[in-house]
Amino acid sequence: MANIPDELMYSEEHEWVAGDVSAGSEVAVGITEYAAAALGDIVYVEAPEMGDDVVAGEVCGELESTKAVSEFFAPVTGVVTAINEAVIDAPETLNTEAYGDGWIIKITIKTPNRKLLNSEQYAAITE
Amino acid sequence: MVSASPLAERHAALGATMTDFAGWSMPVRYASDLAEHRAVRTTAGLFDVSHMGEIWVRGPGASAALDAALVSWISRVTPGRAKYTMICASDGGVMDDLIVYRTSEETFLVVANADNAVAVAAELTARCASDACEVEDRSSVTSLIAVQGPASRPIVEAMTGGLPPELRYYAAIEVMIDRTIPALVARTGYTGEDGYEFFVATDDAGRVWDGALARGESRGIVPCGLGARDTLRLEAGMPLYGHELSLATTPFAAGLGRVVQFGSPDDPRGDFIGRSALEAAATESTLWEDEPHLAAPEARVLVGMLGEGKRAARAGHRVLDGFGAEVGAVTSGAPSPTLGQPIAMAYVHPRFAQAGTKLVADVRGRGEQMRVTALPFYQRPRADAQGA
Repeated sequence: MANIPDELMYSEEHEWVAGDVSAGSEVAVGITEYAAAALGDIVYVEAPEMGDDVVAGEVCGELESTKAVSEFFAPVTGVVTAINEAVIDAPETLNTEAYGDGWIIKITIKTPNRKLLNSEQYAAITE
Repeated sequence: MVSASPLAERHAALGATMTDFAGWSMPVRYASDLAEHRAVRTTAGLFDVSHMGEIWVRGPGASAALDAALVSWISRVTPGRAKYTMICASDGGVMDDLIVYRTSEETFLVVANADNAVAVAAELTARCASDACEVEDRSSVTSLIAVQGPASRPIVEAMTGGLPPELRYYAAIEVMIDRTIPALVARTGYTGEDGYEFFVATDDAGRVWDGALARGESRGIVPCGLGARDTLRLEAGMPLYGHELSLATTPFAAGLGRVVQFGSPDDPRGDFIGRSALEAAATESTLWEDEPHLAAPEARVLVGMLGEGKRAARAGHRVLDGFGAEVGAVTSGAPSPTLGQPIAMAYVHPRFAQAGTKLVADVRGRGEQMRVTALPFYQRPRADAQGA
């Protein structure tokens, strides 16, 4: 079973959000262990650029494994304020540490996303 | 209905992710596609390819019947050797690509792709069966287990108690595994590495798999799924039926015209199904090479392409010229684990088939720069292998 930490929030598109999810707060965003396992070894991450506006539920990047490609959806609406260059350089990090060091971008939230799931709700959609 | 491999329980115990492929539930990966791919390039990989079709053609008339049924001159294959060939329709379209093993003067094993096994068995029956030639589809009682990679020979020798030095690339012999399990071991594969394939009775598949894992453990053997198999064959420039090969393509368009043997005026070969269409295709493909601008707009030849960016073109993506006009389509593509850049095979108009030609792949609405390159993308060091 894939690990689903209680302290994170989740999107239906298998992204996780760490931090306070109210307006003005900066959150770290990544993909869940479940999503990483489904993709296989991730070899390329295309993230948005610093300062890009992203919209919850809309595509803002791509994740590519040898076998498949998956779109990376913004889980919250806001501005990209950090990019994890370590993950861009070593995408396999997402397979070994989907949470924590496997954050992909940080977003400063403009509008809170009321559709985020808690760990229990997210676990239900991965079953 | 989905068929289960005789090794299904072992795959589950190893934690494999399974996928449905050609009507079979097969492992796509155990843990990591990349680690599995790299094991085959550096040590050894173990593959369950039980889904492949095994059709025996036997009898005093077998070699002549196969000569008339397949595009290669099978009667010229020495007993103990194998040949990569194709079965074509009368219009030259490829029904399947095959390996034919001649295990004795009058005995041939035809290995077909899982998706096509039933159709190939039926077609071979229609084309070959007679009082002098029997065709028997033994796919359901035969398993195929492959050990591939530079460390495969000592593993296979430990399993079989030794291999004769004359077991060259594209050769096969009957052996006993652990002195008790009869097997045909062939020096063939679908990875671009030196390697071996064991044809065994389905009832023995588990013991052969366990034996290979036990013997290979100290030599770095890794169970590998279809994911690694696909990136390995793609790097090796090997076609996959349904992608690079289909009824709509001839062996010549696929760059595999060498498998079609017409004979020569001094050494004539008789008729075979598809012959006249393939002669026309051969002439046409020479014209396309010499005068590509004369080829019809819909003409297509298979090329390899190296991606200059990071995003990989995938099967079905459109291929465009520098002006944005569609000139072909990708048939297979992936980020190459060995090369560290995207690779793809594509059918393009002959005007764009020259190595070095710059093309653009439409990757989900965004253009990715590609450069035509000679196949294969990867070739193993050849010191230990004889040519096919």
